[in-house]
Amino acid sequence: MYVAVKGGEQAIDNAHLLLARDRRGNPAIPEMSIDQIREQMTLAIARVMAEGSLYEPDLAALAIKQARGDLIEAIFLLRAFRTTLPRFGDCVPMETDGMSIRRRISAVFKDLPGGQILGPTFDYTHRLLDPELAIADDARPCPVVLNEGAEPVAAPHILQILDREGLVEAPLNGADAGVEEDLTRTPLEFPACRELRLQALARGDEGFLLALGYSTQRGYGRTHPFAGEIRIGEVELSFAPPELGFDVPLGAVTITECEMVNQFRGSETQAPKFTRGYGCVFGQSERKAMSMALVDRALRANELGESSGVPAQDEEFVLSHCDNVQATGFVEHLKLPHYVDFQAELALLRQLREDWSARRASKQSADNGAAEQQEEAAE
Amino acid sequence: MSDLPEYNFAYLDEQTKRMIRRAILKAIAIPGYQTPFASREMPMPYGWGTGGVQVTAAILGVDDVLKVIDQGSDDTTNAVSIRKFFARTAGVRTTTRTPDATIIQTRHRIPEAALGEHQVLVYQVPIPEPLRFLEPRETETRRMHALQDYGVMHVKLYEDIAEHGHIATAYAYPVKVDDRYVMDPSPTPKFDNPKMDQCPALQLFGAGREKRIYAIPPYTRVVSLDFQDHPFERTRIPASCSLCNSRTVFLDEVVTDDQGGRAFMCSDTDFCEQTRSSTGAKS
Repeated sequence: MYVAVKGGEQAIDNAHLLLARDRRGNPAIPEMSIDQIREQMTLAIARVMAEGSLYEPDLAALAIKQARGDLIEAIFLLRAFRTTLPRFGDCVPMETDGMSIRRRISAVFKDLPGGQILGPTFDYTHRLLDPELAIADDARPCPVVLNEGAEPVAAPHILQILDREGLVEAPLNGADAGVEEDLTRTPLEFPACRELRLQALARGDEGFLLALGYSTQRGYGRTHPFAGEIRIGEVELSFAPPELGFDVPLGAVTITECEMVNQFRGSETQAPKFTRGYGCVFGQSERKAMSMALVDRALRANELGESSGVPAQDEEFVLSHCDNVQATGFVEHLKLPHYVDFQAELALLRQLREDWSARRASKQSADNGAAEQQEEAAE
Repeated sequence: MSDLPEYNFAYLDEQTKRMIRRAILKAIAIPGYQTPFASREMPMPYGWGTGGVQVTAAILGVDDVLKVIDQGSDDTTNAVSIRKFFARTAGVRTTTRTPDATIIQTRHRIPEAALGEHQVLVYQVPIPEPLRFLEPRETETRRMHALQDYGVMHVKLYEDIAEHGHIATAYAYPVKVDDRYVMDPSPTPKFDNPKMDQCPALQLFGAGREKRIYAIPPYTRVVSLDFQDHPFERTRIPASCSLCNSRTVFLDEVVTDDQGGRAFMCSDTDFCEQTRSSTGAKS
């Protein structure tokens, strides 16, 4: 006779062995090193660090390797490690003004102090597969970049130029806001302040934010955005131990920052001004930073009195669903056994169907009886 | 590269455990109230019982004996995986025997054997909010609980009766705890609901993704929602276990062939084994 499935333990062990084998692939092909992944898959590393909320390129590379290239799985691995780390304090608010710039563009001014710096971008490549890259060739010379090594120029934030004239609202000031709650150490409650929303968006799923940002451009909560400035580069982080009284540099992180300039608001007491949407993520990821800035601005709809109930303006909707580790867990948990619930539903459904048939049968016999009576009455 | 990490007893650091214990104490003090807590990212996915695992990790001591069940069974893959996790990170004794366990972590079932005062039942909860499918907004549902504004739930149950002649909820059947909070019992079949009432064991509920902990203290009144003229009815399965012949327990239906053949057997595998060894029934 059939015996309910036993041997879960053995099955799990075997599944892990199969996973390890498939991860390695054909053993005749050399195994990838963490160094190779870190150096040559930099944008994947950037995404895993950004959404994993941990700036550690080596561990991100390890996570990508272990996850067989599944970036959400890699993000999950990094998060599960991050959560065990002790917190020893908050760093001094990062000054992106002092960034050593690799790329910096503005779509609102043709030229500006510090200049437009194109940097490493796919933007003007033709998307033609490059057969030369198909062959790994250690002898291929490293590309030489013209004019590299020029003196870094000071590049103030472009929105400051507008700010000076009062044309744009003042930026959100981290120092004024004081020490904010850490989203990963306190449960999120609604309504959330903008600082908390930005924390959630910074670790939110790139694809989800991209789609939401896109929806605002297509009319679901339009904000008339301009890419005021996008900058990518290294920013130094420091920590100020209270017992020392001065800042101690911790190192530098690569970040992408996007400041959107959006359509103006005014009121009885305030002259019309441009408004801002802000995006900032680890590593090079303009798509994520720009999407984040669009969604940040859309989520300010209430504050700015323009709420129209579209998804991108709905704080509970966006913040409750932007985390891909949570989302993938809950979607995929449907794979776990649900026999008990299903059995309960099955019993209920059978009972409902029996009742339905009984009701129908009794209604039919009642109808027939009534029809006969009518016929009799007609005769 | 970083050194291989070493983990604390039962994985979570002591600060985190303290935070979770505070939430548990608050939850016990306000039976049925969903207490927010700073749920951590766990090394298993959301939806796999991260809430239950955090609660268990926070209350587990070196002398505890742990039992983990999923769908009533100790041998389902996820129950095996969670039991292994604690055996590895805490080195505690584990068991499949319900009476021997001091902590029982469960998904979707309450054991058939009556629980005692020395035991804690830890439920894994996917969606802690019983009103969620009637009102998607957390800001609204929190207000509704605060005001005991449970009208929508009664309307929903009434509409079921009007449409089907029954309350069409077979699992996660809402209960009222200590005459105050309407609570989701987690997706246990409604068959198990009566076991929660006046239960001598402490019942703790952990929802990791949704960051909520709630509790039913020992010997608390737990009432399944119903109407005077449509009283709550336990699901009756018109069959008996094909292994131990039990009739009054929750049975799993097993498809035995592709000709519509079915067999029933106890969902609670430990109960089934105990019954068989005491009655001498053979499989």
